[in-house]
Amino acid sequence: MIQLTDIHKSYKVGNKQVEALKGVSLNVEKGQIYGVIGFSGAGKSTLLRTINLLEKPTSGSVIVNGQDMLSLKEKELRQARKKIGIIFQHFNLLSSYNVFDNVAEILRMNRVPKDVIKQKVEDLLRLVGLADKANAYPSQLSGGQKQRVGIARALATDPEILLCDEATSALDPQTTESILELLLDINKKFSLTIVLITHEMQVIKKICDHVAIMENGHVIEQGSVLDVFSNPQQPTTRNFIKTIFDDEVPAEILARIKKTGPSANILRVAFRGDAALDPVLGTLSARFPVSTNLLYGSITSIKGTALGILLLHISGEQQAVQDGIAFLRQSVYNVEIVTREEVTR
Amino acid sequence: MDRLTEMIPVFGQSLQETVIMVGISLFIATIIGIPLGILIVITQGNHLFPNKVIYHTLNTLINIVRSLPFIILMVAIIPFTELVVGTSIGIEGAIVPLIVYTAPYIARLMETALLDVDRGVIEAYRAMGASRLQIITRIMLREARPGIVLCLTIATIGLIGATAMAGAVGAGGLGDLALRYGYQQWDIEVMIITVIILVVLVQVIQSLGNWAARKLKKSA
Ligand SMILES: Nc1ncnc2c1ncn2[C@@H]1O[C@H](COP(=O)(O)OP(=O)(O)OP(=O)(O)O)[C@@H](O)[C@H]1O
Ligand SMILES: [Mg+2]
Repeated sequence: MIQLTDIHKSYKVGNKQVEALKGVSLNVEKGQIYGVIGFSGAGKSTLLRTINLLEKPTSGSVIVNGQDMLSLKEKELRQARKKIGIIFQHFNLLSSYNVFDNVAEILRMNRVPKDVIKQKVEDLLRLVGLADKANAYPSQLSGGQKQRVGIARALATDPEILLCDEATSALDPQTTESILELLLDINKKFSLTIVLITHEMQVIKKICDHVAIMENGHVIEQGSVLDVFSNPQQPTTRNFIKTIFDDEVPAEILARIKKTGPSANILRVAFRGDAALDPVLGTLSARFPVSTNLLYGSITSIKGTALGILLLHISGEQQAVQDGIAFLRQSVYNVEIVTREEVTR
Repeated sequence: MDRLTEMIPVFGQSLQETVIMVGISLFIATIIGIPLGILIVITQGNHLFPNKVIYHTLNTLINIVRSLPFIILMVAIIPFTELVVGTSIGIEGAIVPLIVYTAPYIARLMETALLDVDRGVIEAYRAMGASRLQIITRIMLREARPGIVLCLTIATIGLIGATAMAGAVGAGGLGDLALRYGYQQWDIEVMIITVIILVVLVQVIQSLGNWAARKLKKSA
């Protein structure tokens, strides 16, 4: 649905070049909810804005729905943009129009007949749960309600893609939750492709299928949310995931365990799906002369698949420990040795 | 007091002349000033139609005109005034410099009002595929309405001041009255009444403008 290939974007600030994107490629499939996460200044917004060419890349190719966006003329580009909705962190509603007109205005601009507009706007307001607020002005709405108007407006032109630029960053956790539910809902209902950027891993975890982690103008890691969560590769990715699984071993505990001998290890065990139900640890201690101690455990659901993370302190004879780890590796999704990292990885 | 009663028609006449001069020049200056204001906003860097040449030319022109006091501007452009209306005195002679004086003023005030329109909103409609013309007419001008009303209010009051000075070229109006009676004949009473009329006029216009702007904002 969306193919960005080797996108570079630099800005001239004074007489210095700022490189916001340094060769980013993404591929978003139809119906996917694709999350982009990164710290402030990583280039997320710039990347999102290249999809509808609000930002023209310095080099690279932008293919949306089979169309080479960079080859379009002004008028064709406007037509293409109508198929790409967008919502913003600060909503960007028209303060001088009420809710109905905020949604209706773009349809009027597109010369849609009046009765069609009325029907359409009413349907959309019902969809986002604001049917009773049609006559309210944005200044009379809460943040969550404003974002719902934003969503209704973005859907007015029947887009196939919805871009979300930190759409929940100005909202409290509960409101965020409800807006995400709504996005999930419209994703299913209209098989709408959604690209959303955020700096909250919770948002990614809750609704995304795929995630790309951005840092300093690069995508440093990407994959299915489940894969990235169960086996993160980059330090920045780990940092983000820590906000979901706070599985870091405190340094002093790590030091103490290391002192107990070379065969004492802390393992980060990730198990997914039905493996979460298998009594793996019981089997481990029954079959191998090792003792295990659970330091941390958490289980969460990522789009319907269970993902569990355990921190396990395993000790015993060196050979036994090694065999035990090998057994675990076969039984669960991923085992990572947290101590002796330098040796094992 | 009798003399003042006799003067009532004179005041009436002058007030009428002032209103006519202000009305006509405001009308034409607005027609010129609003597009200029729009132009100077949209040609700014990364706005709708970035164009350095147009922006800097306009900006400089507006600054030049705006740096001249009205009385000097009026004298300086006499040849132009004569070219346009065939005379440099009387109401016609005053209206041309009044327009030249006010249009850039309106453009500047419009610039402020239009720059106040949230860039995010403009961007949102660009992203939705609205044309630039649609964004100007249906988004920017609409969102800026309260600011535009206040801008025109300020311009009107500025015009009343300038109109009074236009009395110097025999344009009539309240300024002319104050000059003839107050300055040349040292008629304090007429002077005071003229001042009172001007003060009330300005107050009324400012209050009306504030009221309208508030009303527009309330619906916002
Ligand atoms: N119009 C611009 N002119 C100059 N530099 C820009 C411009 N837009 C973005 N940048 C720079 O590009 C880099 C990436 O910015 P971008 O807005 O894409 O980051 P972001 O990841 O969206 O951050 P945030 O989470 O704060 O929104 C930053 O260093 C920023 O300063
Ligand atoms: Mg951003």
